[in-house]
Amino acid sequence: MSQASDIVAGSRSDQKTNMQAVVDALFSDFFACHGDQISGDDPAIIAGLATLKGHPVAVIATEKGTTLEERMATHFGSPEPAGYRKSLRVMRMAEKMHMPIITLINTPGAYPGADAEAAGQGQMIAKNIREMLTLKTPILTIIVGEAGSGGALALACSDTIWMLEHSMYAILSPEGFASIMWKDAHRADEAAELMRLTPNQLKAQHVIDRVLPDESVLDENFQQTMADELAKLSDQTISTLLAKRQARFRRF
Amino acid sequence: MNFGEHVKRFSSRSVSILKHYEAQVPNGIWIQCPRCHTSFYFKRSGQYRVCPECGYGFRVSAKRRLKMITRHFEEWDADIVSKDPIDFPGYDKKLKKAQSATHLKDGVLTGLAKIDDQPVALGIMDPLFIMGSLGTANGERLTRLFERATEKQLPVVLLTASGGARMQEGIYSLMQMAKISVAVNEHGDAGLAYISVIMDPTTGGVTASFATQADITLAEPHALLGFTGKRVIEQTINKQLPDDFQSAENSYKRGFIDEIVPRDKLAGRLSQLLRILEAPKWGEA
Repeated sequence: MSQASDIVAGSRSDQKTNMQAVVDALFSDFFACHGDQISGDDPAIIAGLATLKGHPVAVIATEKGTTLEERMATHFGSPEPAGYRKSLRVMRMAEKMHMPIITLINTPGAYPGADAEAAGQGQMIAKNIREMLTLKTPILTIIVGEAGSGGALALACSDTIWMLEHSMYAILSPEGFASIMWKDAHRADEAAELMRLTPNQLKAQHVIDRVLPDESVLDENFQQTMADELAKLSDQTISTLLAKRQARFRRF
Repeated sequence: MNFGEHVKRFSSRSVSILKHYEAQVPNGIWIQCPRCHTSFYFKRSGQYRVCPECGYGFRVSAKRRLKMITRHFEEWDADIVSKDPIDFPGYDKKLKKAQSATHLKDGVLTGLAKIDDQPVALGIMDPLFIMGSLGTANGERLTRLFERATEKQLPVVLLTASGGARMQEGIYSLMQMAKISVAVNEHGDAGLAYISVIMDPTTGGVTASFATQADITLAEPHALLGFTGKRVIEQTINKQLPDDFQSAENSYKRGFIDEIVPRDKLAGRLSQLLRILEAPKWGEA
């Protein structure tokens, strides 16, 4: 197996589907907010509040789930419009309360269902992107597994973006790419090679900032690593922070 | 002669007559509407290239679409070309082909226009340039459209058409969504107006960013507006969807579009909106 397809397989590992466990391990006092206050509660998005090394943070994470029921309920980690609305509601609260935001991503993309489409999936992603780019609080994103398409970008317009060694970030899945380019989803491995979706390639392109070993998120020092980064970001004035965040994307 | 033989003789004769005439009729004289499937004499679609039966606006190049709105236009950033950021095999050839078909360096036309004497930063995406897909070059041109508009204190009118991400540019295509959104935000923060016009088709990353970030969102009749392709949705939910599932009319009903405007009425409608939005504010002279 080639290197890129190894990483694709690693990003989809069963070990990584239980994001709630990661959230609970990282934040012992995590409180989950529920609902978008408009249409319902999307289990594919975990959003809530916690403390990190004694300071408040907002946590937004995508959830795939462990059991079949959970995975069906989250559409295997594919958020619906209500999920993006919930994430934005909590991010705005974080801005108001001067709390930094941490987003943890493992999603193949936004859910491609008929109801999601009718409820404005594209519009909700557009809104999240727009709002995240101007939120007056630091944002740290960690890509834990898959990060696919606009559905991932909607949670990753951030100041700092880290990726685990076996994670991917791409315009769409290698299967989808192969199917569009060559009408043959079986050529996914070949697509993965061409797409430059591995953490090291993305770091070389300045799409992300740092590659971490897979184990690091569950390492006891990881809280400190995140806290140090948030402290560094919080030291800047809001106008410097926003100027840098926007410049990061202007470069492409 | 029985009926069967008559039909046989008639059809063999008419086939040869048809073949004779076909040889004299250039391609494209008779066209079929992709929406209502009515066939008609090409000229009946008129200067606005609209189906005389159902009003669907045919996909046309950005330069042709421009002529339907205004004749006062000064182009910006015409020479921005994709640098093939992920060295995708065969991409340079594909670009050259699209460039010669559309007379554009990439899939959007931008510049300073006047609509009824009112200055506006105007962008028109070209659905014929690799499906109007969003890449680094048209993404840069769109970003500069908003940046220049902010600098010159101008409103933006943007006609969108896109099959979504430019596959051949990988993650760089995705980054355009954030890049352009930054410029849209700055333009909005400066108190300037942004009107988007959804053309057929507007999908994927373009729907999930600037196409739906406008203050006023207009759409052409029967234009397709969606995020995920219909076939992908059908495969996901294992159900057939109606043909008009992602039509502008359905988006309008669901509350995502302000008005559906036929092509021949667009310039007038834009002019009216610009007159309102650009009128001196209260307290100004």
